[in-house]
Formats: sequence, C-alpha cells, structure tokens
Amino acid sequence: MADKVIYATYDDEQVLLEGAKDLVSKGIYIRDVYSPFPIHGLDPVIGVKHTRIAITAFIYGLIGLSLAIYGMYFFMIQDWPMNIGGKPNFTLVDNLPAFIPIAFEFTVLLAAHGMALTYFLRNWTLPGVKARNPYPETTDDKFVMELHLHDNHDQSESELEEMLKTTGTIRIEAR
Amino acid sequence: MHQESAIREPLILGEKSYSDITNDVLKPIVGKADRSWYIVFGLASVMALWGIGCILYLLGTGIGTWGLNKTVGWAWDITNFVWWVGIGHAGTLISAVLLLFRQKWRMAINRSAEAMTIFAVMMAAVWPGIHMGRIWLAYFVFPLPNQFGSLWVNFNSPLLWDVFAISTYFSVSLVFWYIGLIPDFATIRDKVTQTVPKKVYGLLAFGWSGNAKAWNRFEEISLVLAGLATPLVFSVHSIVSMDFATSVIPGWHTTIFPPYFVAGAVFSGFAMVNTLLIVMRKVLNLENYIHVKHIEYMNIVIIVTGSIVGVAYLTELFISWYSGVEYESYAFINRATGPYWWAYWAMMTCNVISPQVFWFKKLRTNITFTFFMSIVVNIGMWFERFVIIVTSLHRDYLPSSWTMFHPTFIDIGCFIGTIGIFFVLFLLFARFFPVLALNELKSILKSSGEAYKKQSLEH
Repeated sequence: MADKVIYATYDDEQVLLEGAKDLVSKGIYIRDVYSPFPIHGLDPVIGVKHTRIAITAFIYGLIGLSLAIYGMYFFMIQDWPMNIGGKPNFTLVDNLPAFIPIAFEFTVLLAAHGMALTYFLRNWTLPGVKARNPYPETTDDKFVMELHLHDNHDQSESELEEMLKTTGTIRIEAR
Repeated sequence: MHQESAIREPLILGEKSYSDITNDVLKPIVGKADRSWYIVFGLASVMALWGIGCILYLLGTGIGTWGLNKTVGWAWDITNFVWWVGIGHAGTLISAVLLLFRQKWRMAINRSAEAMTIFAVMMAAVWPGIHMGRIWLAYFVFPLPNQFGSLWVNFNSPLLWDVFAISTYFSVSLVFWYIGLIPDFATIRDKVTQTVPKKVYGLLAFGWSGNAKAWNRFEEISLVLAGLATPLVFSVHSIVSMDFATSVIPGWHTTIFPPYFVAGAVFSGFAMVNTLLIVMRKVLNLENYIHVKHIEYMNIVIIVTGSIVGVAYLTELFISWYSGVEYESYAFINRATGPYWWAYWAMMTCNVISPQVFWFKKLRTNITFTFFMSIVVNIGMWFERFVIIVTSLHRDYLPSSWTMFHPTFIDIGCFIGTIGIFFVLFLLFARFFPVLALNELKSILKSSGEAYKKQSLEH
C-alpha cells in the first residue's frame, strides 16, 4: 500500500498548537509542521528533539582554539623565532599574551562557520535544493500539519480526517 | 504564548495580519522602484565611479598621490578605515547583543542594520588594502609558508590581529545575516510570479521549507551565533584601537583606548542606522514597523554611548596632565589649541555636547531633528579619528619636522568613492532584499502588535 499524506492547514498558530496537543493525546503521530515562523511550544508536543547544533559549535570552537595556539607556536616559537625589541618571547608562555587576540578570533571563526555549515547540511538547505513545503502559503501566513497514514495504522484515512476536522483546520487535503 | 503588558507601547502599528506584513515588505521587491530611488541610485553611482577612478589612479601611480608626508604617515586613509569599521559595529550589536537581551524592538531594524554593517566593513577593508600600495600582494597578510619568499607574518603585531579580527567579523556577520535571510527569501520565492525572480530567489532560499525541526535549529543557531558575535563585536574595535594603543606615539598609547573606541563605534553606528532608516521607512512606506518608538530607543543608545565617549575624552585629557609626561600633555594641549583646534572642537561639539539634547523627550522623538543629529554625530566621529591620527602625528619629537597634512584630490576622491559604493550597495539591498526580518516580525505580532494589544485590553 502506497503511503498517503494528509495535509491540514490552519490560519493561526495557536489553533494548530492546541489541535496538535489534542491529536497527540489521542495517539496520533504528527510527522511534521510547516510554518512561516517558529511556533514556540510545538516541538515537545510533536516529538521534535532539541537540536544538538550548539554542541557542534563548541567542538568547532575547541578545534579553532587549538589550531590557532599550535599555529602561532609553530610560526613564532619553533619555526622562525624573532627578536622583537628584546622582549621575552622565546617560549609559548612568554609570548601567550600577544597570542590571545588571534586565538579568540580564530575560535569564533571556526565555531561560527563550522556551525553554519553543519546547519546547512543537517537542514539540507543548500543552493539548488528543491523546497519541500506542501503549499507556498506556508512561508506567508498559513500553518500546515503533515500526517502519514503509515505512521497511524490504527486509524483509517477518513477517521483521521474526521479527527482533524474537530481541531479547527480550514482545509484538509490527502495526497 | 508570551504575553506583554498593554501599557508597553506597541511595536507594530495598525491592524496587521501575517500576510499584511509579507505584502508590506515585499511591495518594493515585487513592484517597480519610484523615481526617487533611481535619482539617489544614480547619484551614488556617480560618486562610486569617481571613487573607483581615484582608487585606480592611486594604485597605478602610488601612495604619493595622497597628501601623506614623512611626519604624517597615516591620515585620511586610516581615519576612513576606523570610521567605517566603527559604523559597522551597530548592526551586529543590534542583532546579537539585543537578541541576547530579548529586545523585541530590534526585529524591525536588525536586517537593514546588519546589511549596513556588512557594507561598512567592506568599505573599511578597502582602506588598508589600498594603503598597501601594491594591493596585488595583499595575500601576504596571511600566514604563508616560507616558500612564498617571505618570513611568517608577525603574530605579535596588532596590525595582524586586525587582519584576523576584521576578516572574522566580516565573514561571521555575513553568515549570521544570510541565515536570517533564508526563510525570508523562501517567502519571496513562494510569493513572486515572474519566472526569473522566482528562480533567483529560489536559489537564494537554499530550498528552505520551514518545517518544525528546521525552525528548531534556526532558533538555536541564531542564539549561539549571537552569543559568539557579542564578544566578537567588542573585540574587533578593541583590536582596532590597539593599532594605536600599543605604539609609543604620545596621544596614542593610552590604556583607555579599547573601551573608548568600542563606545565610539556603537555611537557612530547607531547614528548611521538612524540616517539610513529614517529615509528608508519613508521611501518604502514602513512607518508602521519602524516608528517613533524605535527611533527613540536608538537615540537613548546614542546618549549613553555619546556620554561614555565624552567621559573618555575628559579622562584622557586629565590623565595627560596627571601622568606628568610632558610629551603626552603637549599632545593634548596641541589638540585643543594648536593649528588643528578646529578639528578638536568640531569633535567635542558633535560628539559630547550635541547628543546631550536627547535628554529632552520632545527632541529624541522628533524624526527630522534625529535625522539632523545623526549626520552631526557621523561628522563628529570622523573628526574624532582625524584628531587622534593626524594631530598626534603632525608635531612629533623633532620640531624641525613639524608639518601639516593637506588632503589631495585623490584623498577626497577615494573617501567620497567609498561613501558612493556604500550607498550603491545599500540601495540595491533596499530594492531587492527583504528589508525587515519577516519571520521575526511575525513571531512578535501577537505580543507587540497594536491591534492584538487592544484586543487583550478588552478581555
């Protein structure tokens, strides 16, 4: 049996949120929600786990910090030490105060860009990718709930549509 | 849903629905530009072309075409560099620091302020680039292996810190701005009907669909990028100030420079935001989104940072006397009473005295007056950098080499040119990009929209 997808459209995010709570309490699995802006409080209801992207930023930042410190150690201490006005700069510890600005900048550089790249790849938002939102209005003022028949074996298509109708949706479409 | 007191002034005026916000912001993109846009764009293009011509002549002939001499080795070039970097500080401050403080009024101004930041930093980067003389060797500022024929760059030098700071700041701001733009490009993609714009905006939108997980990641990345950009903003102008503060020139080597430069940068940046937005809200009919309250908030930031700058000026003046270093005190006496007294007093008037008029509510809520003041502040901040750089240099330790700095035709042309290029870029942005952050505005409509506030008052 081919999977069938039911799209229920709402014109208010609060109505959708209440409807989602109602459906989930009845054991319905909501695959996804498309909205023009983030709906606060929706993620735990439909079972979207909080993203771990911030942890990746921390890891990229650590990589940046170590690379910067090691790089400056190699350039300035190991490979070609320079006498700059006779100042004590022939060990890493002596020279560390002057390395702090670039170590900081490079940490931020790698953390920000690494996280952004991870974000683009995990979201699969890249140049040339086709959009997956079911209706163009979902980026304007409509909110759409996506249900799959596969995910909800206990209900038939007409039963699901009946349940959706009680949640205040303005349009139901099965594809 | 987050509720906000009805007493607090609404941020979105009028009876707006979600689609009204989309249509209001998309109007200039979908429709034709008015004649005023073409006139201003034409003017800016002429300035830009003149500047590009001057820059090409400079590159072909050499730095000697500027008015620099043996005593004054840095003048308008570095003045303009610091001025542009300073202007470029407001955007990230608005989008990052105010995001961390959960200031909702930033939603209407962050997109254009960030655009301004990016273009201003681009203009700033022009100056050290052309100051090198041989710009085709500009890649030598990066740590390249010795096979390229030179030693490693000096990581102890603030000038190299600057390279890292400015390039990090520029690229991180650009990414932050673009990540916020993607959902709005998706809105345009789904709204426009012509084939070519639909294709172009579709490409720019990176296939954004607005599903729940994507929004979850979007909010997290905005928050973390704001957290990263906040110390970055402060570090960048601190490092710019160290170009001066770590030297041994009287008038430059003061420990007050980093905080003083950062406050000055925010001060001039907010003034430039006011200049641009007061015109933009009128031309693009966005008075319901950027209204008097937003301008008042920015004017309050201008009083605070202007006062910090004022205190810093007086502190360095006091310390120059209190330190007992006669070269240091002479540098400051020379600033106020020497041949460049007019620059010093222009700076004092524009930056310290005039912003204090914003203590009067009538004046800080007057849009025409704010526009006038924003220009005054920008002139004042240009003079601040001119005073710090040129008046500290023109009378050095050896009186026989004392001299004055006279800008040449090329000095003036290059400066006017960067202003022209900046406005060309900003006008293109205002015409083709969503100038307000649609997705963020929609998310505050119910808590801060006028119509919704009235409704909640009735219940």
